[in-house]
Amino acid sequence: MSLVLDAVGLKRGDEVIIADASLDLQPGTMNVLLGPTLSGKTTLMRLMAGLDRPTSGRIVEDGRDVTGLGVKARSVAMVYQQFVNYPTLSVYDNIASPLRVQGLAKAEIEARVARAAKLMRLEPMLKRTPAQLSGGQQQRTALARALVKQAKLVLLDEPLANLDYKLREELREELPRIFAETGAILVYATTEPGEALLLRGRTATLHEGRITQVGPTAAVYRDPANRDAARVFSDPPLNELAVTVAGGTATLADGRGFPAEGPLAGLPDGACTLGFRADAARVATQGGGLGDGLPPSGPSFPGAVSVTEISGSESFVHVVTDAGLGTVVCLVEGVHAFEPGDRVAVELDLGAAFAFGPDGRRIAARGGRAVATGPGLRQPVPA
Amino acid sequence: MSSSSVLSAPLGAASAAAAPTARRPSGTTVGIALYVLFLFVPIYWLVNVSFKTNTDILSGLSLWPQHPTLDNYRRIFVDPEWHASFVNSILYVGINTIVSVAVALPAAYAFSRYRFVGDKPLFFWLLSNLMAPPAVYAMPFFNLYSATGLFDSIWAVALAHCLFNVPLAVWILEGFISGVPREIDETAAIDGYSFPRFFVKIFLPLIANGIGVAAFFCFMFSWVEQLLATTLTTVDAKPIAGMMSRAYSAAGLDWGLLAAAGVLTMIPGAIVIWFVRNHIAKGFALGRV
Repeated sequence: MSLVLDAVGLKRGDEVIIADASLDLQPGTMNVLLGPTLSGKTTLMRLMAGLDRPTSGRIVEDGRDVTGLGVKARSVAMVYQQFVNYPTLSVYDNIASPLRVQGLAKAEIEARVARAAKLMRLEPMLKRTPAQLSGGQQQRTALARALVKQAKLVLLDEPLANLDYKLREELREELPRIFAETGAILVYATTEPGEALLLRGRTATLHEGRITQVGPTAAVYRDPANRDAARVFSDPPLNELAVTVAGGTATLADGRGFPAEGPLAGLPDGACTLGFRADAARVATQGGGLGDGLPPSGPSFPGAVSVTEISGSESFVHVVTDAGLGTVVCLVEGVHAFEPGDRVAVELDLGAAFAFGPDGRRIAARGGRAVATGPGLRQPVPA
Repeated sequence: MSSSSVLSAPLGAASAAAAPTARRPSGTTVGIALYVLFLFVPIYWLVNVSFKTNTDILSGLSLWPQHPTLDNYRRIFVDPEWHASFVNSILYVGINTIVSVAVALPAAYAFSRYRFVGDKPLFFWLLSNLMAPPAVYAMPFFNLYSATGLFDSIWAVALAHCLFNVPLAVWILEGFISGVPREIDETAAIDGYSFPRFFVKIFLPLIANGIGVAAFFCFMFSWVEQLLATTLTTVDAKPIAGMMSRAYSAAGLDWGLLAAAGVLTMIPGAIVIWFVRNHIAKGFALGRV
């Protein structure tokens, strides 16, 4: 089954909840909805499921218009961020419930529940009620219920957000594989860029109820089409510097200039925003020699460390720049114990930065870096 | 007792001084004991009087029956009119409880789950039914039931009591229903449940405590309500309250009979409380009561 959203919109009064969302979802694919809280991921899923009706646009299932059809007339399974199970039923009955409603034979139900319980490692808990399970087990019950139904559209709304780290890692790897076997369209909402990258497939970035970019996940990450997509797909937050390009020179807000290279090369004169992720910014300790002389690929700014976040083998160093350009987050390999107040210089790799025009759209002079938006790349990406 | 001694243990000097009279009850224990005692005085006195003869009752103060007798109870049990009144009361209270909760369930679900024009004013208007004393409604009900032939039937009382029991049940149940996440309803819809099947199989068990609490309050209000019950009946559907008023007649007040009837009247309430005590304990902790 393919599912096409054609300029689907949802308004409540004058408030626009979802604005002209167009998506093309193919069977057997992983589709990630990436956006911050309240960006409309859940609402979009509810529209796909038929729990809510759109106020404009069409939803087409295999060429059949299903815009006005309720959820019971669709083949949908959904898992919520909160663990939603039927509290009065046992785990077995919870998983079996969609099959019982379909009126399947008892032996068939037993076989399918047993298979799902095995995949979700719930076999020892089948007789318990959801209240007697841990959070992870409760969510696995909800996932098993979505799995046994063998629905053609499976909606997972931040299913792992409330789970502990280790379980999240495990399930994130297993879920796409388990559901891929059913050949369903898999839609997975998440707020975490890292999770989207691990899930692969295709990603649609959302910002304030609007789909800002759609494409293969890695491509969207590499080539954000606009500032909103880049912001959503950046953790820690995207670093942004306002620059003015004039005659091959870029000027920062503090009046310092540097050669307009990388994404700035060949841009017409005018103001733009230079956006870059933490991995495009290096930290050089002053006096260490690294920050002296001309930086190889871009400008450098002196500043003082405000915070260092250490995540495993990497450190994110927040540097407050002297020139009042705001805080820049830099990625440093290895664990570095910078103290707040340490003097450093931020070296920017212009080649990994993006230039955005005043309207937030990505701008580039060279054709090679033009960015594909919309449903241009429709073929599923092998996971 | 043990908890009070634990509590006083850190006060080293005090407990050491109290050591010779080791088991002396603390002030709290005495206070609570007195409180419970006073709570039970009226009930004890009713039971006490019900086992006395009328001459005993009038001859002065005695803490227990001097000439214990079961005569009062016997007179109630052999008199078919007393029987009938008990049956009448239980019937209209039962009917009222079932009707009130059955009618209130869908209403409470709608108030909890849907937004519709005038939902909030309607909700509070329902409650305003509870604010007027039953006497206000006695006359219109009397007139209406006389005209429609419902007068002097158990249905007359059962339906009249719905006037304040339905809003009460809606109010209580709405609180419990709002405590159930909407996602459960949606998950059931996604699973393919029809609404009636979902409501009976999934939803009702979830709000069983709320139904227990609502039924308990409907029972209690209907059971103790006297004015409507006596105004809307005469002979055929005479309730307990109506029978009791016969105990004070031209011949004087039959104290013993009245007390025995009072004791018997408390029993159904006690039985209901016994059966729903767990629901009520949970219900008070969870919902809107």
